[in-house]
Amino acid sequence: MVNGKKLVVSASPHIRTKDTTRGIMLDVVIALIPTLIAAVILFGWRVLAVTATTVISAVLSEFLARKVMKRHNTIGDLSAVVTGLILAFNLPVSIPLWMAAIGSFFAIVVVKQMFGGIGQNFANPAIVARIILLLSFGQAMGNWTAPFSWKTEAVTTATPLAILGGETEAELPTLLDMFLGIRGGCLGETCAVTLIIGGIYLMARRVISYKIPVAFIGTVAVVMLIAGKGDLEFVAYHLMSGGVLLGAFFMATDYSTSPIKSNAKIVFGIGCGLLTCVIRLFASLPEGVSFAILIMNLLVPHIERIMAPKPFGTIKEKKSKKKEGEAK
Amino acid sequence: MVKAGIDGVLKAVKKVRGGVKVDHHKNTAEMEVVRIPTPSKVVIPMQQHIGSPCEPVVKVGDEVAVGQLIGDTDKFVSAPIHASVSGKVVAVGDVKLPNGVMSKAVTIESDGEMRLWDGIKPPHVETKEDLIKAVRASGLVGLGGAGFPTHIKLNFPADKNIDTLVINAAECEPYITVDYRECMENSWDILSSVYLLKDLLGFKKVVIAVEDNKPEAFKVLKNIADHKADVDDEVKLMVLESKYPQGAEKMMVQSATGRRVPPGKLPADVGCVVMNVASVAFIARYLKTGKPLVSRSMTVDGSAIAEPKNVRVPVGTNIGEIIDFCGGFKTEPAKIITGGPMMGLAIVGTDLPVLKQNNAILAFSKDDAVLKPETDCIRCGRCAIACPMSLMPTNIVKAAKAKDADTLDQLGVTVCMECGSCAFACPAGKPLVQHMRLAKAILREGGKK
Repeated sequence: MVNGKKLVVSASPHIRTKDTTRGIMLDVVIALIPTLIAAVILFGWRVLAVTATTVISAVLSEFLARKVMKRHNTIGDLSAVVTGLILAFNLPVSIPLWMAAIGSFFAIVVVKQMFGGIGQNFANPAIVARIILLLSFGQAMGNWTAPFSWKTEAVTTATPLAILGGETEAELPTLLDMFLGIRGGCLGETCAVTLIIGGIYLMARRVISYKIPVAFIGTVAVVMLIAGKGDLEFVAYHLMSGGVLLGAFFMATDYSTSPIKSNAKIVFGIGCGLLTCVIRLFASLPEGVSFAILIMNLLVPHIERIMAPKPFGTIKEKKSKKKEGEAK
Repeated sequence: MVKAGIDGVLKAVKKVRGGVKVDHHKNTAEMEVVRIPTPSKVVIPMQQHIGSPCEPVVKVGDEVAVGQLIGDTDKFVSAPIHASVSGKVVAVGDVKLPNGVMSKAVTIESDGEMRLWDGIKPPHVETKEDLIKAVRASGLVGLGGAGFPTHIKLNFPADKNIDTLVINAAECEPYITVDYRECMENSWDILSSVYLLKDLLGFKKVVIAVEDNKPEAFKVLKNIADHKADVDDEVKLMVLESKYPQGAEKMMVQSATGRRVPPGKLPADVGCVVMNVASVAFIARYLKTGKPLVSRSMTVDGSAIAEPKNVRVPVGTNIGEIIDFCGGFKTEPAKIITGGPMMGLAIVGTDLPVLKQNNAILAFSKDDAVLKPETDCIRCGRCAIACPMSLMPTNIVKAAKAKDADTLDQLGVTVCMECGSCAFACPAGKPLVQHMRLAKAILREGGKK
């Protein structure tokens, strides 16, 4: 006590970084805004309706789920907002709003809250929700609107991956179109330039490490280079189609479902890239990123176990034991 | 300009992984150390070091002088304790130390004269054994905060192959500047000690390590390293990146030699001895004067202190008196710490004595004392990235909650030095160091029964 007033007597350390969970989530929201704006330009005002639906559904679902489970309210950390935004980016703009709302509910309640809330989800909530919607409402999830057609009349189109995969006879958009997002696809995955800008922002703010995006994108590039027999344009199309950029920067980097240590991050990124390419090249689905990330999410505990770091100064015993065994 | 990598100035042999960048707050860096006025009384505990407490060798009513022995023991891991003021012993009894432990203490009422004990004379030191005896008699313990009896650290057996002395001038904790002041004000003592220790203890190499936020100290320390007495160029200055916990013992060993101290072992097991620069300087002073450890320098700072200063205080001085000398509180203090903000101890009040190993008193106002609220772990991994010991605090906390001692052992929780980097870095405000301490206790007790 000093001057009759008690002192705070807490354990060390007595200083903390100014960063907070909410601050990190806010950075992710900021990184997603350029892509949201691009989506509105490309696909019209309905983008905002879909996004508002997924975000409000996510936040409401989290609030109600926590109440029902008698846990403290967590919507203030903005993680539900981020999940809602990312889920919206994974949907076609024409999706019926009630389906989008169900997707959010599934992501937040089943994948996240039922497993313990933030930090405890077993897979990326938005990815699982997208897959569930794909399996439940296949047609709606495959109804791609042509960019800019919202100005006149909505027209359906094919995605570049479908064209590349030989499913439809249509002309591929030019590489510049791909870079600017002028192509059919999910509302938040087409605009390569804004996704890259958002990714760079997150890396600069140290919210994500460069390792997973570089490993993921790099692996897709290398595999497609081999698959396309050295055709660089082929590689460029693959990198900018589907959800590679959205997935590499914003979904594979989700904290609870990706490894913590650097080396494990690289293995994870490579795994995502490899699976994406295998699905795209050999499976009947045109798009592989969602399933690739989901499968790698499930493998993360095992990757981390195998690649667990040794505490400081631990001497490697294996080599000497091996030599002993050989000598015998 | 003195810079790492140029003209014999070393960079870290193996850079420290992890750690956190903290705000330095070295507000008192350019303030010369000032002696406080003689306190009216001192309370000198018999436990101011790691190891066995001393027993008082004086009783109530005895007249004592500065430097006179007042506490000793024949237990090995210990260091004797001496009177820091002259006067009369008015109490020998139990006192509560800042960490809550009860200890015997000798209270001396000062006569204001600071008379030196007439038994003080410079020791005669020619061999290593002489040095060890002298260091023990001086009562020296690690002045960087650990308080380990220095005579034991220096008395390493010949078969340990100790080849390197690392002098720790890093001072990586925020606010504290007394080691820097030691370099700037007592460089001659550091110089004498370096060459003395090198000679008597047979070190092949001496590395003086300092952080790069103290450029003024570089010149001073480089002069020591370049001194003509260093015939074989074995004394070197090393400039390290300013990062907490650069000054931790195992980090120092890694930076200076590239060697990593294995879990459960000491720097001596990899051929190194690490000493705080103030402890090193003290040895030279003691050999010159024979005056044992009875006073030390401290930084007094923090947002609640009116006039932050570097002060020289007799051991056992009341903390409240020291704060008063520094202008008292300018705002209501909400938290007072002895030591630095990363590893220091929060105290319950100012009516406590200063110990040999305390190097700072920091008082914080409410804005700095109240930390952000705790929220759920998001598994961002910043704690694991920050940990200089390559531990995974998230996994340790999980295993501790499950009382799983086997996993805790595997995760290496005993290697944790409680530096606080993990808790500092956590965006969710998790009290990770407390979790680590609990985890260590669970491991000790063997987990689920």
